[in-house]
Amino acid sequence: MWPRLEPLLPQVQKPARYIGCEDGMQVPEHGPAIVSWLLTYPDTYEIGLPNQGLQILYEILNERSDAAAERSYAPWTDLEALMRRDRLPLFSVDTHRAAGEFDILAFNLSAELTYTNLVNCIDLAGVPIHSASRCDADPLVGVGGHCTYNPEPIADFVDFVVLGDGEEVVGEITDVVREWKRAGKNSGTREGLLRELSKVPGVYVPSMYEVDYDGPALAEVRPRYADVPAQVEKRTVADLAEWPYPKRQLVPLTEVVHDRLAVEVFRGCTRGCRFCQAGMITRPVRERPAEQVSSMIQQGLRRTGYDEVSLTSLSTADFSGIEQVISDTVSDTGVGQVSVALPSLRVDAFTVGIAAQVQRARRTGLTFAPEAGTWRMRQVINKLISDDDLFGAVDSAYSQGWRRMKLYFLTGLPTETDEDTLGIAELGRRCVEIGREYHRSPAVTVSVGGFVPKPFTPFQWFGQNTEPELRRKIELLKNDLRGTKGVQLKWHDSRASLAEGITSRGDRRLGAVIEYVWRHGGTFQEWSEHFSVDLWLEAMAANGLEVEWYVYRHRTQDEVLPWDHLSAGLHKDFLWQDWRDALEELGLEDCRWTPCYDCGACTGYGIEHVVASATPPAGGSQGTGKSASLTGSVPVLLQPRQSVEVGQP
Amino acid sequence: MRLRIRFSKHGKVRFTSHLDVARIWERALRRAELPVAYSEGFSPRPRLSFGLALSTGHESNEEYLDVELDPERQLEADLESLPEALSACLPVGMTATGVVVIDRQSPSLQQAVTSCTWQIDVEPVDLEVANAAVTQALAAEQIVVTRERKGKEVTDDLRPLVLALTVDQPLEDGVRLIAELGTQPRSLRVSELLSALQPPLVELRVVRLHQWISNDVGERFDPMSVAPAAAEPVGVS
Repeated sequence: MWPRLEPLLPQVQKPARYIGCEDGMQVPEHGPAIVSWLLTYPDTYEIGLPNQGLQILYEILNERSDAAAERSYAPWTDLEALMRRDRLPLFSVDTHRAAGEFDILAFNLSAELTYTNLVNCIDLAGVPIHSASRCDADPLVGVGGHCTYNPEPIADFVDFVVLGDGEEVVGEITDVVREWKRAGKNSGTREGLLRELSKVPGVYVPSMYEVDYDGPALAEVRPRYADVPAQVEKRTVADLAEWPYPKRQLVPLTEVVHDRLAVEVFRGCTRGCRFCQAGMITRPVRERPAEQVSSMIQQGLRRTGYDEVSLTSLSTADFSGIEQVISDTVSDTGVGQVSVALPSLRVDAFTVGIAAQVQRARRTGLTFAPEAGTWRMRQVINKLISDDDLFGAVDSAYSQGWRRMKLYFLTGLPTETDEDTLGIAELGRRCVEIGREYHRSPAVTVSVGGFVPKPFTPFQWFGQNTEPELRRKIELLKNDLRGTKGVQLKWHDSRASLAEGITSRGDRRLGAVIEYVWRHGGTFQEWSEHFSVDLWLEAMAANGLEVEWYVYRHRTQDEVLPWDHLSAGLHKDFLWQDWRDALEELGLEDCRWTPCYDCGACTGYGIEHVVASATPPAGGSQGTGKSASLTGSVPVLLQPRQSVEVGQP
Repeated sequence: MRLRIRFSKHGKVRFTSHLDVARIWERALRRAELPVAYSEGFSPRPRLSFGLALSTGHESNEEYLDVELDPERQLEADLESLPEALSACLPVGMTATGVVVIDRQSPSLQQAVTSCTWQIDVEPVDLEVANAAVTQALAAEQIVVTRERKGKEVTDDLRPLVLALTVDQPLEDGVRLIAELGTQPRSLRVSELLSALQPPLVELRVVRLHQWISNDVGERFDPMSVAPAAAEPVGVS
């Protein structure tokens, strides 16, 4: 397709998005015995290219002799218009092969607001957007990623959904599709293929399930056949050491977000922050051995020429091998000056010390996420950082040469009062005061996002704050911080939080809403210049659906949730108990170093936390320096989990 | 020690920007383990100096960059094999074609280069029309254009920057022009030239063929040949 695309590229912004040519790019062989995957990130190249999940699967699939994987990203609106004009389909950036020629279009879904782009990419591929309208010759449409823990809003558009880690399951899917392809994709066999796929552990095929409603409520989701599982369990890779991917991280020719080497140090997190879906659904903690991390860094830097490496995880300062890895990296003289990025810093002096060790060169800004403005609020969300922990960390950072701090907060949390909201401004002010002891004009950026409750978290029952309420809270902060020197307030658009809320906990009836928004030009909804909340509200009204029902109301203990037939390994009663504890302002210690609460994530899969160190990190298991007794009683549920067949070895 | 590197840029990679190319080189030099000098200060940067920017989408046979090496560290690689070693660290479509040592006092590429030779393929027009447009442009005493710069209308005479312009040959899908365009006091862009012709011609493919440094008496030098007398230019092309 390149000869047809090439003449269009001088007419569009950032044409390097569409050329591929990255170091690490593969040119796989296609053929009748090979299952071809088009791994697509439904947002721009700059956002999608660094996605580690996609890069891992790209390598794993291409290592197989019976699979071929290429990549695609959503074309920006300028190129899309030209493609539609010239009838050019979505294409891979690797060999510029038409999307329709692949056996599987697999999408990574990391954010709900990309759902309309998912539909747009399917359409651009020349494939019917509805699963039910596809024929045997059409590619299969599959999705994976964090959003797919509630795939019901996109159930109409996809053929299959992968829950959890993809490393193993993509091979099993390849096996099933390869056999089907070998048999000649005979007409009328697509249904049979989907039924076979539904038996692969971790694979959910929405069309194999019947949904009943009772008015606005969901009555039941049940399998259509006896051999289709009543509940689909997520997949969990037990030992990260067996999966040292990506081995050849893609090095883009043009600027992307996270333009650096990335090495995943662990997966999962058991700090138990109640708002955090990632922390809940990726349990248990599985660390990569420190020696493997160090060698991946050393080889990666030499291969790519990057001078910066990011140690990725949900809370990198919790990595038990952090000190060894950092000392290995900074003492590796062969690669010149290397800076180490630590995303998701913990709020404590230990973390600042680590940051000081690795950011010798560019000591510009440091980011902390206290998430809430008062200790009471932080107990509700189980982010057990005291004001003094924060001030200690900030003091330590200023004293070691940092000048700018960024503090992340959420507003619209359960039980939040105006005092809690204003606590955010107060923390910002106090941090500036601390900075004044060291610098003339310290700067603190206070970044506030509206909280959107997510499936498989204790807050999945919580009614999201209304859009006007979120806006009022932002105004409260703006007024309170007016004229405050040194504190800069940034906030997330509360209307975007509303749209995210509509899609995050919806059922299958939301499919029509997503389609409506897409049909009315609502792509790239993550981009403020394209986002339109009116389109979403219009779409809800046009389909007779209430925002109040889907977003704002509190859900009840006995109601059927749209994702109840899926499992992230967590017991629903554990989540409910944790929700009640939140309302009682009871904190919960990190279970890596305390007795098991039986959340279900380990026991159900017969695996345990894989941590290299038996002792909690410096500063206590929550990294707070506080003893467990301060956080109240520790509720431990002792209900044995029913054994679940997950079909894993 | 300062190195001047010549490289080409062809094919898909031509859609990368000047800034992209700078980043690609930073990584390539680290991969090739060249002992590049870094700037002092808060945020040390490798001391690289790029020549005239090439528009995104244009190809080139001759691009240049100067690299300052760290005096405290040894250059392990020999100059002969350096182009090949560098090319192995560059993306497909970018090839290092020569390396010379230049005097540390020599002016930067942006100051030194005075003109570039371009191969410009334009969309089909009658050969006579193209010839007439070229003849008319060369015969004109002035080619005055107005353009917007920092919100103000600026009038410019392009004629002094058109050093040579010929119709080369008809192509299957257009007409090929060859032009030498001046770069001082500012670069004349190919797109500006084409839209100033009568009738304006539409760009199809553009390749920078050469860059030139001319002296006061009108002699033209290759940027690789301004090395100190002792250093022999080396290269693979």
